[in-house]
Amino acid sequence: MAHTLHFAASMLACWLIAQVLARSTWTWRSPRVAILCWQAVGLGAGLSAVGLPMSLGLAPYQRGTGSALLALADDLWHSTLPAGLGAVHLGLVGVGFGIGAVLLTTTVRSIHGAVRAQRRHRDLLTLVARRDPTVPGALVLDHPGAAAYCLPGVRPRVVVSAGALDLLSRAELEAVLTHERAHAQERHDLVLLPFTALCRALPWLGWVRKAHDRVSLLVEMRADDKARELHADAPLAGALQRFATAGNRITPAGALGMGDRDLAVRMQRLMVNERPPRLLGAVALAVTTTAAALPISLFLS
Amino acid sequence: MTRLGDLERAVMDVLWDSVPATSNGATVREVADALAGRELAYTTVMTVLDRLAGKGMVQREREGRAWRYRPAASREAHIAQLMLAALDLGGSRDAALIRFARSVTGTEADVLRAALADEAAER
Repeated sequence: MAHTLHFAASMLACWLIAQVLARSTWTWRSPRVAILCWQAVGLGAGLSAVGLPMSLGLAPYQRGTGSALLALADDLWHSTLPAGLGAVHLGLVGVGFGIGAVLLTTTVRSIHGAVRAQRRHRDLLTLVARRDPTVPGALVLDHPGAAAYCLPGVRPRVVVSAGALDLLSRAELEAVLTHERAHAQERHDLVLLPFTALCRALPWLGWVRKAHDRVSLLVEMRADDKARELHADAPLAGALQRFATAGNRITPAGALGMGDRDLAVRMQRLMVNERPPRLLGAVALAVTTTAAALPISLFLS
Repeated sequence: MTRLGDLERAVMDVLWDSVPATSNGATVREVADALAGRELAYTTVMTVLDRLAGKGMVQREREGRAWRYRPAASREAHIAQLMLAALDLGGSRDAALIRFARSVTGTEADVLRAALADEAAER
């Protein structure tokens, strides 16, 4: 029973932390720390969801979830179940495995779908996009709409439309390209993947969707920060402004785009140069790591 | 870009730019002749066209003993498709299409519509 309570507590903690994280604005000043916090919360919540029904079902063994699972497997193998363990208990363990399987398969399906869409997109780009000497390292699509995006993968592509080239000044374009390259280099697609998969698995849970939206905004902010390291703030803010007013903000599925989300927040963030809250970040990281470590230690016990 | 991708692109460029849309396509020989500067073997061009047919990029029809190849869709249609792939982001494609049409200017919408009509006509 104690283990079940621990799993329940860690689930509650993850939910509470997610609520706080979603409302915090310090995260905008250190997006990388905030992304790590969200990942820890996601991991903790997922493991607790698997562990909660499992530990209930394994209660008759009166020991750690991990060793109880091994004992159950052993007993099932020899068809000698202990007295207090009935069908309900086995069912609960099954539910735990079921949740784990759903989480795993949606993740795998998300990866599969993304990889297929990316391959198709990349093939088409090879045939119709052109290289342009004014934008080295990027592909240009001859379309009047304004779009700039990164097609992630092992061999990532940064793509800008002719419309975006017309829209942006030289300096603004450079900032946008650095932003997109940051997405590719830091594999932000992989950062977002588990949250996209969670949204697919639990579409009715509002806070899961909210977590996904928060993380995708943080990923944009992180890429903004990378662009700021190389360029001044003004061109990036200018580019955001232009994309916002161009009204044509499109990014392909499975791709990370410039200027498609919470533009106002990002622009405002560039106006003021605030230092990252180191103490707050460290505390948040410690709390979320603990929330993720608790279910892990329960499974290992 | 891989060498194979490079070849596929060169072949598609020939089909898009040198073959009139009204004609019923080009033979392997005609494509190879148009790519004379690259000194490609006939069989290489045939392999590339075969691959492109496998990917659904070109359609072929038998004419006598030879196949005639033509693009499955225009270059503009593919570009429009890439731009539209964007709209799958969170939400149904239809809802996304509305948003796109709403957010582009008149001429841009015309270009997009033309590209899509083009694609539909050629299928």
